[in-house]
Amino acid sequence: MQATIVQAVNDALHTEMERDDRVVVFGEDVAESGGVFRATDELLEEFGSKRVVDTPLSEIAIVGGAAGMAMYGYRPVAEIQFSGFLPPAFDQLVTNASRIRWRTRGELTAPMVVRMPYGAGVRALEHHSESLEGAYGHIPGLQVVIPSTPADTKGLLTAAIRDPDPVLFMEPKRIYRSIREEVPEGEHEVPIGEAAVRREGEDVTVVAWGAMMPPTLEAVDEGDVDAEVIDLRTISPMDTETIVESVKKTGRCVVVHEGPRTLGVGSEVIARINDEALMYLESPVERVAGFDTPVPLLSMEDFYFPHPPRILDGIETALAE
Amino acid sequence: MSDRASDRRVSPATGDDGGGEVRYLSQSDLEVPTHQIVAPDGSYDESSIPDLDDEELLDLYRWMVTDRVFSRRMVNIQRRGELGTFGSTRGQEASIIGSAFTLTPDDWLYVGRAWTPMFMRGASMEDMILFWRGIEEGQEAFAKVNAQIAISIGSHLPLVSGIAWGMHLDDADAIATAYLGDGATSTGAAHEGINLASSVGLPALFYCQNNQYAISMPYQKQSGANTIAQKALAYGIDAIRVDGQDVLAVYDAVSSAREKVLQGEPVFVESVTYRLDAHTTSDDPTRYRSDEEVEEWEAHDPIERYREFLKSEGLWSEIDHDAVVDEIETEFDEALAAANAMEERAVAEMFEYVYDELPPELARQLAEFEDLLERRPEMYDFIEQRPKG
Repeated sequence: MQATIVQAVNDALHTEMERDDRVVVFGEDVAESGGVFRATDELLEEFGSKRVVDTPLSEIAIVGGAAGMAMYGYRPVAEIQFSGFLPPAFDQLVTNASRIRWRTRGELTAPMVVRMPYGAGVRALEHHSESLEGAYGHIPGLQVVIPSTPADTKGLLTAAIRDPDPVLFMEPKRIYRSIREEVPEGEHEVPIGEAAVRREGEDVTVVAWGAMMPPTLEAVDEGDVDAEVIDLRTISPMDTETIVESVKKTGRCVVVHEGPRTLGVGSEVIARINDEALMYLESPVERVAGFDTPVPLLSMEDFYFPHPPRILDGIETALAE
Repeated sequence: MSDRASDRRVSPATGDDGGGEVRYLSQSDLEVPTHQIVAPDGSYDESSIPDLDDEELLDLYRWMVTDRVFSRRMVNIQRRGELGTFGSTRGQEASIIGSAFTLTPDDWLYVGRAWTPMFMRGASMEDMILFWRGIEEGQEAFAKVNAQIAISIGSHLPLVSGIAWGMHLDDADAIATAYLGDGATSTGAAHEGINLASSVGLPALFYCQNNQYAISMPYQKQSGANTIAQKALAYGIDAIRVDGQDVLAVYDAVSSAREKVLQGEPVFVESVTYRLDAHTTSDDPTRYRSDEEVEEWEAHDPIERYREFLKSEGLWSEIDHDAVVDEIETEFDEALAAANAMEERAVAEMFEYVYDELPPELARQLAEFEDLLERRPEMYDFIEQRPKG
């Protein structure tokens, strides 16, 4: 079927709730209204009010409640309405969800998913635009997944729901509806922890993910660059091998991300290239990233996150030296 | 919308029912009774004794003594440098035992400052010694009996509501219980956890041991609320305030609460008690409270009070107190010996339980570290000799 990213989220939830009656969906406005982005549309009608639940406006309770429910044996898929509202519940991820297995030597586990739309560019208010995957990726025990295509969205969300450990599933809301492609019907799983090579090329490796994928591909196409474009797909645990193998081939690399540059995921990508492919590099690895500022309010947000001209500029810098 | 939610649907006000004046809702208008069965002087009304047989009444005593002896022994071995730290429960025995005695093996329990409930559920003193030695097998053992110790104050309440949510989905004949302290009631997580339980209608019991101190912070500064129990009303759930020095009153209150909780109505219980010892062995309570205050509470020793009750009931002769203590001391000695005999574990243990499968980067870090330890065995000496504490 043809579907957008947000439809693929919905399809994955329908399919997994159908397959496994331990899957429970809850969050703010997810049941009666079907979610502010309609990601949970029709779930209440199909699976009933015990498995699809509107919660109080209470991020700590949503994430902590999911962890407890998962410890008890269910497979909760909790929604945080916007990633900018996750910080209160950061404590539940750090203090509880990510370390239940470790704390009890595997006697208890927290197989749960927290889904949340992230990223700038939808002309919303403050706290609706963050891209803090670098911060979340820093938590041991927590997996961070960011799809960029409808088919991957379904496959990765399915894998996240089935995963024995907690997954923070960040959905690129700016491109929720801008891409439509063929998405497999029925069960479809894409493994967590594996990057995808979107373009094969010889001259430069470009690593991006989530909402940065369309502008990155556009930059490569417009610049007519023979680039190898890697869609990271999973921030943590990161697929080092795919990056390193590509850099060994191209000798140049650009990392593109929306979150702040300092201590961003790009820093870790560069560190891993240093570990395993430094001597293959012909120029310093470029970072095209958000700035170390809060995401500007909507009047100026377009200057904050990378667009094709800025990405192409980074690629050309890497190629020039 | 559930019936319970429909009942609370708000309609526009149709008139002034305040008598034409601005009227306050005020805590000074609240009456918050404190449930008590055995008075401090040992007197009680026969008809108010909970329905427990003689053996159960004697068990309450044995467990309270276990709690006291365990705390004393743990403080002692900590002073000898055999533990990292320890938090004594002396003074809170009735509060701890009376409540935990109501729970069944299928109930889940998250505690703070309540160690003997783990023994009541089948974990061992050795497991508890391991826990305080910072060895993960402790929490593993507690997990096997559906229990955990919460360290980050208040953060466990949303978890307990989540566990209760699972029970609700299962229609399980069990409840999830959070023990918390007075300090925890100031955290946002506690608020959100209780509110979730109330909103969804979950079988969660919140048992607050108000032992008057969050380390050095006395309850009267922790909050402007006269009682903790009254806070429950704001969540739309019922509360009980109970004399935490009276084990029968605690048992009575919590078993009553448990019945209500089983019906999907969360209950909050405030047990009014006192931490006679330091917060932990690292704390010096003489810096923030007077000897007079401590002596006042020592005069309300929960074990002494219960002993008077057992004498009045003619049950005291059934107990050989010294033999009970000897038995517990022996159990502790054996637990300590077993804990001491535990073999050192490989460093790889640190990496093993973070994920179901070791991710490549973590495998790499482990391999690098094992290689380092092999190349530089002085690492072991350095760690052995590094000053601790």
